Amino acid sequence: MSERVTVRKTYKLYIGGKFPRSESGRSYLVQSGENSTANVALASRKDARDAVLAARAAGSGWAGATAYNRGQILYRAAEMLEGRREQFVALGIPGDEVDAATDRWVWYAGWSDKLPQVRGGVNPVAGPYFNLSTPEPTGVVAVVAPAAPALLGLVSVIAPAIVSGNTVVVAASPTDPLAAVTLAEVLATADLPAGVVNILTGRLQETVPSLAGHRDVNALDLAGVADAELATSLEVKAAENLKRVLRPVPANYDWYANPGLARMTALLETKTVWHPKGG
Amino acid sequence: MFEYAPAPESRSVVRLQPAYGLFVGGEFVDPTDGDSFTSINPASEEVLAEVAAGGVGDVDRAVRAARTAYDRVWGPMPGRDRAKYLFRIARLIQERSRELAVLESLDNGKPIKESRDVDLPLVAAHFFYYAGWADKLDHAGFGPGPRPLGVAAQIIPWNFPLLMLAWKIAPALATGNTVVLKPAETTSLTALLFAEICQQADLPAGVVNIVTGAGDTGRALVEHHDVDKVAFTGSTEVGKAIARAVAGTDTKLTLELGGKAANIVFDDAPVDQAVEGIVNGIFFNQGHVCCAGSRLLLQESVADQVLASLKRRMAQLRVGDPLDKNTDIGAINSAAQLARIRELADAGTAEGAQRWSPPCELPDRGFWFAPTIFTGVTQAHRIAREEIFGPVLSVLTFRTPAEAVEKANNTPYGLSAGVWTEKGSRMLWLADRLRAGVVWANTFNKFDPTSPFGGYQESGYGREGGRHGLEAYLNV
Repeated sequence: MSERVTVRKTYKLYIGGKFPRSESGRSYLVQSGENSTANVALASRKDARDAVLAARAAGSGWAGATAYNRGQILYRAAEMLEGRREQFVALGIPGDEVDAATDRWVWYAGWSDKLPQVRGGVNPVAGPYFNLSTPEPTGVVAVVAPAAPALLGLVSVIAPAIVSGNTVVVAASPTDPLAAVTLAEVLATADLPAGVVNILTGRLQETVPSLAGHRDVNALDLAGVADAELATSLEVKAAENLKRVLRPVPANYDWYANPGLARMTALLETKTVWHPKGG
Repeated sequence: MFEYAPAPESRSVVRLQPAYGLFVGGEFVDPTDGDSFTSINPASEEVLAEVAAGGVGDVDRAVRAARTAYDRVWGPMPGRDRAKYLFRIARLIQERSRELAVLESLDNGKPIKESRDVDLPLVAAHFFYYAGWADKLDHAGFGPGPRPLGVAAQIIPWNFPLLMLAWKIAPALATGNTVVLKPAETTSLTALLFAEICQQADLPAGVVNIVTGAGDTGRALVEHHDVDKVAFTGSTEVGKAIARAVAGTDTKLTLELGGKAANIVFDDAPVDQAVEGIVNGIFFNQGHVCCAGSRLLLQESVADQVLASLKRRMAQLRVGDPLDKNTDIGAINSAAQLARIRELADAGTAEGAQRWSPPCELPDRGFWFAPTIFTGVTQAHRIAREEIFGPVLSVLTFRTPAEAVEKANNTPYGLSAGVWTEKGSRMLWLADRLRAGVVWANTFNKFDPTSPFGGYQESGYGREGGRHGLEAYLNV
């Protein structure tokens, strides 16, 4: 009996809940598993702009969803990732990294309805006023994913951004994009509304400068930018509309450690509402 | 209308020196590579004092003094002792508040009733509030043992000189940082009087350094290699330049910049209260307020009624001598700012909006601008988009709550917003949707040391005030 011919996957972009090819029609070759290669979409600047449009369009619905709902969807992402563990292992991701990434979704899922209590509250102003501060999402966040660990690093930058209601455009690691595209398949089946997470594969030099300079992007996470000169030039571009900037993560950073609140809080605004009290 | 007799506050409480040096390492010193300039009273153009302009070398000297104080004294000092110094400063400000208020009005041009009743009480309260945090940082919600950053470079504007100084210095010192502060060029004098208060409080030398000067001095401070933190309040344009200057460094940055706040009035709002809020929103401090309610959005069905009331009320505003206790609107802070306001107001007329001011006699000398409203303003007009930073209100209309939100958020800024409605559910619905760091509902321009202040988008980042304000000065 002849051996079954396997069905290979086309790795595409993830924009607005759909899996399009690059509008430029380009792709590039990467290693997938031990003995095969895959064509991955080579995103253009136009793809980056389309992804920002999708992220902006998804913003008000996602930020306006209840914290309970967002928490359940992040937890659902953990469920989906758990179910696809072997798929990631087949891409060369170590099993314990997949487990850590799954646990990270669970950790962040629980934050959605706690962050406003931990980060906000009543301010005891010296006058007859009700005064309340609450955290709100910054808006559209452009994220450069760390090159390694490919899956845990990716989840560790996406989850803290979206848990509070931000939407993201992620530039995946150029050398290791398959984990990112496969994670998109996880998210597409996790009830995550279209456009909340958008993933671009390709060259960072091509997509990231246009995201950093985009006037409708509110924040820029440079986690995966290893080149200090590139990081500086991106931060300079980001100043054009005063994006909130998370500077690059040092190469020796331990992505398995407890992440704390910093990545979440860097992508929050504090809104304070005053109202007089009177009989 | 009532006739008012003049009711001037006495200047005798202020004893100005003819010239001031820089405050570095606990003493007043002459600039080494700097220059000097005169500070004038904007209400009379009289010279108040000669002020030093710090050069690059002077800035370096101040940063080194701050570094030494951080390493040897202030960093290692237990929080409870830092607290006591800050409480001392708060008390000294309360004790000398009349002197500070009069000097603030002389140097800035703001009415004495505002410097006396708003600025100074808030300045003292701010130091009192942050004093209490100094030995409680473990409980501030940033995890155990949050650490100070080191030396903070702080640059403040001219609209609330002493209050902005308090917003910068109090949290920085409470968290264990030392500071080099540059006041605005046109309003240095109360900062220099504050330096005397630091001496009077026996604050260790070098913990607070004050380097006066203009933009070049500020640039030297921002670009100094040994500052760990930059905090800036001022224009969005300069804020962007600072963000570019610190790109690629480890310097932590917070920015509190411009605004173009919408003040939204619904048809169910009590008209008299709303009109008081509108007036307070745009004419408080001559409109030199980053969070001023400079775009009035009126629901169409009540627009005529509210405008008629507003004009009646504006006709009662008293413009003139800042030291007169009955004055509502004082002098514009500088000739340059007056030129900027005139230029934008002229653009309003040129672009087709209708201009109105009450009959209003302005003094011959000094810098003055009558309270002004523009009606028939569209969202495309410059006066609806650009920050005027003066007593000029642009009036637009809307029909539905959704349209009000759309228009209010149609700006790259996001510092503040106002809502006037008696309906609680609508107020909260709007508060959720307005992209602004502060939302005043049925009130406007309220401030408190416990209440975080700061903007979304191009109004800057970081918060000042409250527990949130500590974060800007800690390694968290």
